[in-house]
Amino acid sequence: MSKAWDGAKLADLIRESLPDAVVDAHRTDVWIKPDAVPEVMRLLRDDANFRFELLSSVTAVDYISYFEVVYHLTSLTRNATAVVKSKVGFGREEARIPSVVDIWRGADLQEREVWDLMGIIFEGHPNHKRIMLWEGFPGHPLRKDFATYEQSIVPENERRVPSALAGEIEGGRDN
Amino acid sequence: MTTQVRTEPITVNLGPQHPSTHGVFRMRVTFDGEEIIDVEPIFGYLHRGSEKLAEERTYVQVVTLTDRMDYVGSMLNNQAYMLAVEKLAGVEPAPRGVWLRMIASELQRIASHLVAVGFLIQDLGAWGTPLIYTMREREKILDLFEMLCGARITNSYLRPGGVFMDAPDEFWPAMNEVLDELPPRIDDLDDLLTDNEIIFSRTKGVSVLTPEQMLDASITGPMLRAAGVDWDLRHRDPYDYYDQVTFERPLHTAGDNFARYWVRVQEMRESIKIIRQCEKLIEPGPVRPEHDDVPWLLRPPVGDAYAAIEHSKGELGFYLVSDGSISPYRCHVRAPSLINLTLLRDMLVGELLADMFVSFGSVDINMGEVDR
Repeated sequence: MSKAWDGAKLADLIRESLPDAVVDAHRTDVWIKPDAVPEVMRLLRDDANFRFELLSSVTAVDYISYFEVVYHLTSLTRNATAVVKSKVGFGREEARIPSVVDIWRGADLQEREVWDLMGIIFEGHPNHKRIMLWEGFPGHPLRKDFATYEQSIVPENERRVPSALAGEIEGGRDN
Repeated sequence: MTTQVRTEPITVNLGPQHPSTHGVFRMRVTFDGEEIIDVEPIFGYLHRGSEKLAEERTYVQVVTLTDRMDYVGSMLNNQAYMLAVEKLAGVEPAPRGVWLRMIASELQRIASHLVAVGFLIQDLGAWGTPLIYTMREREKILDLFEMLCGARITNSYLRPGGVFMDAPDEFWPAMNEVLDELPPRIDDLDDLLTDNEIIFSRTKGVSVLTPEQMLDASITGPMLRAAGVDWDLRHRDPYDYYDQVTFERPLHTAGDNFARYWVRVQEMRESIKIIRQCEKLIEPGPVRPEHDDVPWLLRPPVGDAYAAIEHSKGELGFYLVSDGSISPYRCHVRAPSLINLTLLRDMLVGELLADMFVSFGSVDINMGEVDR
């Protein structure tokens, strides 16, 4: 059975090498500063305590008041997994985070997908282009404020407002 | 006196409407003579926005979307999604349902590998015959799915906590018949193809990837095992009841097109072993929890969950975020088909035009999953 890293323990070990990088830790998740992403990821990949050789997944979630970039890491040698998150784009300003392509090439297509669908800019990505949609597509579809129904064929009286936008759009959802 | 023939690089657009691209994949390829000097993959021709659509459906309705991602591995997609929902909602699955979905997903793995092998050989130029051989066997498995859930490809068989319907009585003898017939057919594949001189000379040493390269590029599944890395989530991080069955992980060390083909053929035999063990261990009982415990209209508590399985193509993961309502707040798919294409350029540059689609086919992608 592979071991899921405890968030607090992982945060403590990261703090030993990079004291300012960690923002918060909770259950299995660790939140780090966006600027610290390259150093923390390099540490997680190379340090003997972690050895996360495989970047399983990069994705992002729109929490309305901010965006959260989520990294799922896997260590083959230690048979362990970890979840590292970073909050960017507070107040729906332009969301930017450093790219990790030079640490794991596996982030290449995934970061392009996040940029395309969620609109998060990955600084330093070697080929920062849209991947699923065409250049010039208006907006980023996975954002909660993207109007799905404007081009929809669903009749107006049968449209269901996405639960996320029903009433609570200003505050968003807190962890 | 020798005359030197000068060649000029030529850029060719391949696809998206091309029979060898396994769907609607497009590549901009630059050739120098017959040698490939540059490849640029272009995605998105089958993008349907599944992740966005999932946000407007209930947790059970999303199952139908997962079928349409990798449509030759629907049962496996269902399984990955259900594991994520169960983790998110804290559902305790019913044992008989779990065994049934293990059987279904191992049958699906065989079907998926049969398609991969058949089309790979087709890409090599063996027009028709091997593909018909593999498709014939896949057809029998699809008939079994029809007995289980009434659908052949877009199954939607799984539900949170199990499956929606028990297998009919006539399923078990029919399944045994298929499992008895399969090993000799896989031996036929071995006789015809694995020891075939032409296959050797066309696939060995072509598009070699090292384990380090592949781990760096997040490549998982049969591709990684074809380079000798013993990484199979069924073994290393057993989900469902995979810790109660025993199976081998076929490994090859070459990391070339032949190794990727070979690993898939051997994995089919292991899947048969797993199904036989499941059949012995399955016991009568409910196939999903009571409706009072797990309602159709699930409302998982606020939070997030990531669950991954060993899909026939690699690690398939679902990342779900719940805001406590009836639909997922966010549903992300970690699609092995897309991520396994990260190194496509490295695989193809320096190879010959004739090997291009063989290497591409050996990745075993499904456009429904690449673009989602």
